[in-house]
Amino acid sequence: MELTKEEESALDGKQGETLALAYRTLVAIGEASDSDRLIPIEWAHLSGVNYNTIGDAGRDFLSHLSQDAKFKVKTTVNPMGFDFDSVTRYNLDDDFIENQRSIKNSYEKMGAIPSYSCIPYEIFDVPKQGTQVSFAESNAAIYANSFSGLVTNKEGAFSALASALTGKSPCSDLRDDKTRKPNLTIRMKVESPDELTYGMLGYFAGKVAGSSVALSGVNGLDKRSCKSLCAGMGTSGACGMFTFGEEEGEKIDFDKKEMQKIHDELNTSESGDLITLGSPQLGLDEIGDLAAILKGRSFKKRCMIFCPSAIKGQMRDLGYRKEIERAGGELLFDCCTCLSPLVDNKEVDSVTTNSVKGAYYLRTSNKVDVNLKSLKKIVEEETK
Amino acid sequence: MNVKVIVKGQAKGLLLVAKNPLNFLGGIDKKTGIVHDKNHDLFGKSIGDKILVFPYGIGSSVGAYTIYSLKYNHCAPLAMICLKADLTTASGCAISNIPLVVASKNDYDLLQEDKEVILDAIKGQIS
Repeated sequence: MELTKEEESALDGKQGETLALAYRTLVAIGEASDSDRLIPIEWAHLSGVNYNTIGDAGRDFLSHLSQDAKFKVKTTVNPMGFDFDSVTRYNLDDDFIENQRSIKNSYEKMGAIPSYSCIPYEIFDVPKQGTQVSFAESNAAIYANSFSGLVTNKEGAFSALASALTGKSPCSDLRDDKTRKPNLTIRMKVESPDELTYGMLGYFAGKVAGSSVALSGVNGLDKRSCKSLCAGMGTSGACGMFTFGEEEGEKIDFDKKEMQKIHDELNTSESGDLITLGSPQLGLDEIGDLAAILKGRSFKKRCMIFCPSAIKGQMRDLGYRKEIERAGGELLFDCCTCLSPLVDNKEVDSVTTNSVKGAYYLRTSNKVDVNLKSLKKIVEEETK
Repeated sequence: MNVKVIVKGQAKGLLLVAKNPLNFLGGIDKKTGIVHDKNHDLFGKSIGDKILVFPYGIGSSVGAYTIYSLKYNHCAPLAMICLKADLTTASGCAISNIPLVVASKNDYDLLQEDKEVILDAIKGQIS
């Protein structure tokens, strides 16, 4: 890799240990991806915020880093483990809360915007077409490349962190137009798809695709389905973007049989003790939809609904919050289904969700069984 | 065999070979290094103190912190050998000082479970 004189000097530690660490990381991933240089990025979105995911090691690392590090570009952050405003209502131990507070403080001290959201593409103004960004959250990276016209790799937590500290990223993989062109097409053959079908299509695509994949036979996606597709893809694979329509090269069908295989892998229970909605977090559109669907109905069991606090004011003003809470929905901000300590396997055996990503992490990390079904089915079967 | 160095370092140990890609966040217990994804071919095994061979990392970007946590909790692999170094694995190894190399497909297929090797991730050699 060719570095500028300034980059070399930072790598050698002449501008401090933090920048040396950041440049060492960028050079390692540059080597891994055959990049010849670093390029500027305008926005970094970081993962690794939830204490449940990064643990004591991550807490200490960030605390140490924040003693002298400052982010160089706009930096937003992923959800935490819980919502500080409502945490007293939950049976969380004080240690967890203090550890989470330490992580939150470290990020904010380094200059992060306290967004605590996995849908930065929905709650911030999106920069102009073709802007280079560095998004770690997998669903957000795929969404940014595929729908928002931005350019990012499917970053690792530390590669995005290194980008936030330096304002740079290796020019490789999806930052190169040649890699953005898919060489595999997946033909969607399942009829009347809903958001769950698209989540499973994404999960299937992630398993078979390289860096980029074309999807044919997909049209008229609503916001919920778009996000479900991106999140499913981000969970199962290394693929960082998709395009619509058929491309040259290999073609694979996603049919009922393939879908059933994925459903069988992720669905481990016929029912759930509680319902979770929101992985990715629900944005204002989806919250509005949900409020409309729930009109006059009530949940028969506990239903946790995860969203970013950026939409808190609007959802109250538009009456959505009142309607959802009337129906018994439990709104949680700044956190998400994935690896939330609020879903505790000592209290629940199984969870109903429409999220493929949620299903994967609920089973592997929260260690609960999962009842996977679409929002329409959840409303039909779990409300009255 | 010659390999491409991603993160420098040296290691000597037994190979642990995974057939499937690894989701570090969802698949591995960060406190013990044991693979807890029932659908993974390494299910139940510990990746600690081995030279871990796997195709590439998948899934959550937070897997990089899992790699760092493994090191912090003294149950990290001695080194890793991949077919393709994804950014989560590469950045996780870089921050955690775990040697990482990429092998060509032909060489990769020669790597056998339980074989003792010396990995020189400075010169880029496995012997």
